[in-house]
Amino acid sequence: MTAMTSEGLIDWAGPILGGALTTVQIAVLAYAIGLLLGLLGAGAKLSPWAPLRSLATAYSTLIRAVPELLLIILLYYAGAQALDSLLAYLGMAGAVQITGFATAVGVLAFVQGAYMTEVFRGAILAIPRGQLEAADAFGFSRWARFHRIVLQGMLPNALPGMSNLWLILIKDTALISVIGFNELFFTIQQAAASSRAYFLFYAAAGVIYLLITLSSTALFTRLERYVRRGQPTEA
Amino acid sequence: MDFTWLSDPFYQRYLWEGFVNTLWLLLVSAVGGLFLAVLVALARLRGPRPLAWLIWAFTTVMRGTPLLVQLFFFYYGVGHLMEGVPGIQETFMWPLLRNPFFFAAVTFILSVGAYSGEVIRGAMQSVPQGELEAGRAFGLSGFQVLTRLWLPRAIQLCLPTLTGEMILLLKSIPLVSTIALMDLLQAANIIRDETFLVYEPLLLIAGIYLATTVVLTLVLRLVEINFPGMQPTQRRWLPIR
Repeated sequence: MTAMTSEGLIDWAGPILGGALTTVQIAVLAYAIGLLLGLLGAGAKLSPWAPLRSLATAYSTLIRAVPELLLIILLYYAGAQALDSLLAYLGMAGAVQITGFATAVGVLAFVQGAYMTEVFRGAILAIPRGQLEAADAFGFSRWARFHRIVLQGMLPNALPGMSNLWLILIKDTALISVIGFNELFFTIQQAAASSRAYFLFYAAAGVIYLLITLSSTALFTRLERYVRRGQPTEA
Repeated sequence: MDFTWLSDPFYQRYLWEGFVNTLWLLLVSAVGGLFLAVLVALARLRGPRPLAWLIWAFTTVMRGTPLLVQLFFFYYGVGHLMEGVPGIQETFMWPLLRNPFFFAAVTFILSVGAYSGEVIRGAMQSVPQGELEAGRAFGLSGFQVLTRLWLPRAIQLCLPTLTGEMILLLKSIPLVSTIALMDLLQAANIIRDETFLVYEPLLLIAGIYLATTVVLTLVLRLVEINFPGMQPTQRRWLPIR
């Protein structure tokens, strides 16, 4: 019993740092895929083709109206099942660790994409119409117009929303622990239960998440200053 | 898809209890949280320097850490510490301190207070100083200026953001299922464990949440439309793009 209670932060530092690394990996991958999904979603929402528009609207509306935790549980079971049968089909059944990580990333990215769709749609709509017309007048191809004008022009408008979504994503990764995947908060829960030092370990979890969110806020502030270079500063 | 379990009165009772608890928690956290938010905003703007600094730290911590971690921190962390306080188990407070609903409500109130407090602070700073000075010139007391001018004007400015926060609050309520509080998700978990049906209960409560979100959005929209002093452009069901 005395051995149990003497178990402290130091004993768990290794696993907790490992969990923090997993959390950051999940978040970065999910964010990258979410950005892509968001771009596709925004493109679909602004497309002239009605079925594509309604598909994107259904995606962003449904996902944003249902609680994240519920979606994560629902999609986790569905996603894990799909991935398992895919791996079984490829003759790689039992690769549980891979499926756990991949579904965690996939689920968070799918949810993130729905919110990102709205951020990008608004940012693209905020680009002055004349800039797009100018690109057309200069004979830009659709692709050139997209990555030279649309992407660059919307970035300053989209960045505040993107930074908010990144912070939400970091905090949403903790929800993955409910599924039982071994990331930061799951490790913390194990540490707290085994040492019975609940207060200490949950406070430590808060500090680690706070460090991640505060350092990313600082990073996004610099990034925003960079993409806004050359723009008139606000009064 | 097998929904025959829906006719079971036990499961109906779980779901109903979960639904009622969800709405109760929403109401308690929204009312308590918005009240706290006003205090947070006031402390940041007009409080003495150490208090303003303390409240800044509070909002930073609450907005920088996951709600799930906060829930565990208060329920298991603080709850566990409370157990060790000598004599506390004999006081009348003890049943409250064992109650997951109490901890969930406290956590959500603090969270809403931090997030909405920053929103209200920003809005209060945007109210022109001249209007407040005009209030003082007309002989209103400081408290009257706050309740009759400053807050109503600030809320006009940030009402859409505040209603958005309330929708977010509704969507974070399933988190309480992790501290064994009977909400809709916990009801679905129980049904899932007993019937071995994975998707059906979850899909059902996803539908209930969808409907609740839509109803809450419409109700809050009604509040926005009827709030005194709103711009005519904001008095429509769909905001103008």
